[in-house]
Amino acid sequence: MAAVERPFVEIDQVSMRYGGAEGTLALRDATLSVARGEFVAVVGPSGCGKSTLMKLVSGLWPSSAGSVIVGGQEVDRPLPMVGMAFQNPTLLPWRTILANVMLPLEVVEPHRRRLRAERAAYEAKARQLLAMVGLAGFEGKYPYQLSGGMQQRASLCRALIHDPQLLMLDEPFGALDIFTREDLWAQLQEVCLTLKPTVILVTHDLKEAVYLADRVLVMSSRPGRILAERRVPFPRPRRLDDTYTAEFQALVHELRDHINAARQGQETDHAA
Amino acid sequence: MPHDAGPQGEGAPAPPRGDAPAPRRGDANARRVEAMAAAARRRRRLQGMLPWLIILGTFLLWEAAVHGFAIDAFILPAPSAIAASMVQWWQPLLENAWQTLMTTLVGFGLAIVFGLALGVAIGSSTLLYHGLYPLLIGFNSVPKVAVVPILVIWFGIGTVPAIITAFLISFFPIVVNVATGIATVEPELRDVLRALGARPLDIIRKVGLPRAMPYFFASLKIAITVAFVGSILAETVAANKGIGQLMMLASSRFDVPLVFAGLMVTAFMGVAMYAVAAAIEQRTTGWAMRGQGEQQVSGVGGA
Repeated sequence: MAAVERPFVEIDQVSMRYGGAEGTLALRDATLSVARGEFVAVVGPSGCGKSTLMKLVSGLWPSSAGSVIVGGQEVDRPLPMVGMAFQNPTLLPWRTILANVMLPLEVVEPHRRRLRAERAAYEAKARQLLAMVGLAGFEGKYPYQLSGGMQQRASLCRALIHDPQLLMLDEPFGALDIFTREDLWAQLQEVCLTLKPTVILVTHDLKEAVYLADRVLVMSSRPGRILAERRVPFPRPRRLDDTYTAEFQALVHELRDHINAARQGQETDHAA
Repeated sequence: MPHDAGPQGEGAPAPPRGDAPAPRRGDANARRVEAMAAAARRRRRLQGMLPWLIILGTFLLWEAAVHGFAIDAFILPAPSAIAASMVQWWQPLLENAWQTLMTTLVGFGLAIVFGLALGVAIGSSTLLYHGLYPLLIGFNSVPKVAVVPILVIWFGIGTVPAIITAFLISFFPIVVNVATGIATVEPELRDVLRALGARPLDIIRKVGLPRAMPYFFASLKIAITVAFVGSILAETVAANKGIGQLMMLASSRFDVPLVFAGLMVTAFMGVAMYAVAAAIEQRTTGWAMRGQGEQQVSGVGGA
């Protein structure tokens, strides 16, 4: 990414405190920027404010201090150009998979206006997305008829259907078993190579972060700050076998050391 | 549930004998699965017939008791006497039942419209919830019998007080259920829409209302039966038409079989309307039932 271009996401000195002035400080002076089309993973020990960061960037919560700018626009409310997938699939149980995937189109302009007239085209797009993650043939099923991994895939399609410029993934594979997770990594990479969105992925899985991201950021424990940053040099498309190479392992190990340091810091905090 | 069906039939698993165990065990298992499926089929058939059998049995018992203890028709008429009265008075019964049905349905329809609206409002706003709930409960605690005379003063004798009573009595369960359904929407589901920049009205339409539908239909099944209570109550006090009025007339003439005939017709209408509400519920909120038919299959498969 050329440095001359303005970053797509700019998070500048953002802090977040819960429950008034005396409340818990979840995030302190977090500063990071993401270039257009870049895939950034944020890792850190649990409770370090990763999810808080997501809520702030997506505009679900207002920050206590600092500014979040996405696409040159200050985030003071949820922006329709953002697609979000959560830790749980959060599909609406009364809608079929296809109707679930098409939900954002009923809300986000300009699709909302066009949906009625161009339903066939939008439906084809939804089916295509579902096929991309291996869910062809499940469009008419209800969420409860699908496994957790399949639901999560559908939720990924839902996050992508309205062509978001920024894709926010909040530990989307955290609740899945390792085999399903690896499957979905490969599918997500493929989707990202095709659609080229800007992605922020929050995870506690270092292997996942290194496999998927262009850049990995390590957060300290609460209150969260960006401790370290590592660029992932491996070429794309990456294969699952690549995750067993020495270079890959070395990078994971290095990040692991950062996390350990962050957790140690947490313990001394408690001791103090 | 299919598990309790196992031991009763011939399909109960035979203990392995030791000679050629592998194929025989497979056979026994297949027989057992088949026996369970057969038992499930039998049970379903029985389930379908049971209500009719029980109704028939009740009437037979009733008939026998009336004859056996020589109970006077003035105290308790036998089902045969009630049936005879129904045949004799079929025309006024039909006309008045129609009147009561229409009255009830109009009141019930109003209760649905206003109950849904108020339920949505209360369910989606904590302010309204806390503000209106005490009033609603107070209102619902007032016996509707006491309200009918007031309605008569306002609207005169006739259909209107009956409609309003049916409305008043069936309104409350709808409001409470819809409000509960909307107020208990999972925050995660709401966040899905909020993250897209949805307006509050969108969130109610796309998440709140569908989420409240199972609650709504559950309340309809209660509301439709109590709506009959309301309209007939008003008819007995102040009306010139309707099943309630017919029963009052019959009892003033000491025609007890006709009173019972009126009760029978009312019960029939209640059951019929309940069945309609239940059928609509099943069609529209199947997602909440999670395909109870499939569970039986998985139960057999897992055995």
